[in-house]
Amino acid sequence: MTKPKEVTDAQFEGEVLKSDTPVLVDFWAPWCGPCRMVAPLVEELADEYGPKVKFVKVNTDESFNTAANYGIRSIPTLIVFKGGKPVGQLIGFRPKNDLKRVIDQALAS
Amino acid sequence: MDEDYDIVIVGGGPAGLAAGLYAARARRRTVLLEKGVIGGQISLTERVENYPGVEAIGGFDLAQTMLRQAESSGLETHYKAVLGLERLNSLWRVTTDDGDYRAKAVIITSGADYNRLDVPGEERLIGRGVSYCATCDAPFFAGQEVAVVGGGDSALDEGMFAARHVAKVYLIHRRQELRASRILQERALADPKFEFIWNTVITEVLGEEQVNGVRLLDLPTSEERVLPVAGVFVFIGHHPNTTYLRSLVSMDEGGHIVVNEWMETDAPGLFAAGDARQNSARQLVTATGDGATAAIAAERYISDRFPVE
Repeated sequence: MTKPKEVTDAQFEGEVLKSDTPVLVDFWAPWCGPCRMVAPLVEELADEYGPKVKFVKVNTDESFNTAANYGIRSIPTLIVFKGGKPVGQLIGFRPKNDLKRVIDQALAS
Repeated sequence: MDEDYDIVIVGGGPAGLAAGLYAARARRRTVLLEKGVIGGQISLTERVENYPGVEAIGGFDLAQTMLRQAESSGLETHYKAVLGLERLNSLWRVTTDDGDYRAKAVIITSGADYNRLDVPGEERLIGRGVSYCATCDAPFFAGQEVAVVGGGDSALDEGMFAARHVAKVYLIHRRQELRASRILQERALADPKFEFIWNTVITEVLGEEQVNGVRLLDLPTSEERVLPVAGVFVFIGHHPNTTYLRSLVSMDEGGHIVVNEWMETDAPGLFAAGDARQNSARQLVTATGDGATAAIAAERYISDRFPVE
């Protein structure tokens, strides 16, 4: 299974905002239980979407600037970026079908 | 096509996981249905210190251990939401958002959910400043001021956890005194980051993209004012997740399922354990105790009602 790349504050612009393909960002932290339940779903989706969508993770403990920039107040939060802008968002643990729906809607937008 | 099982367990918190372990070890074909995070309420608990035999552990980790243990004994786990139950001759039919099941016995362990304030702005701003779990979300309010609503153990315990991260906690309570345990009251009253606002309720949560304040109503004077805060943490009790069972079993006014000492409800083959049942002490250890009891009772029921062919 593909392990999404961990992206830091310094790398966020290059890896996410300037990406040619849409990017799903998984905001998480090690102490967050529901984040650990979302992680395998994100890995499965990374495999399923292949090169169409890039999947990355941002640890909010370490990359707190990025977390603050996007108003993260609760984790897990998943944000889909397209052309450098957030186009879809999910807050809290959600089943895989909900994640797919948000990604598909964001891709179509 | 319905899937056939001996036992269906509704809800994967500690009660359900214990029931699943016991049912699997009794060699009953059992499936546990969970729509969210395994562990239920304890999946959000930072630190469990009162489970006998385990000195300290993260709630999520404990739940994962319970799951692994039950699955290695043969429990199946499916992730879907149960929508309802109905009697089908001598069996129970369980309908979900992703397929139906038939079972000889059903164990209800769907637990409880946080009570909401039910005020404008609350629903919209969940995850954007409104939270029901300080151990989950307080770190995101570092250096800011937050409101904590409630007067019981959770409000103070989680409020003091929040105080370690935030600049200030406004503890808003609708009465003049707290009902939390004395030791927590002492600590909270002595905490320099706490400011108590008594006899007051929140009538609205304010903010566009994020919470930026709450509207307060002073009950004795009927005066209203806006308190600027970045977050609102709500700890005003729980309600059992049992609406999908209405009219099937006896419940008390609060929706808790009536059971006897063997977790039997008044419907044959239907059992309830943990926070969903009446008179639960609502602890981790009582949930697991209930779950095991329910599984033992369900096993006996199946042996009696469906003698081996």
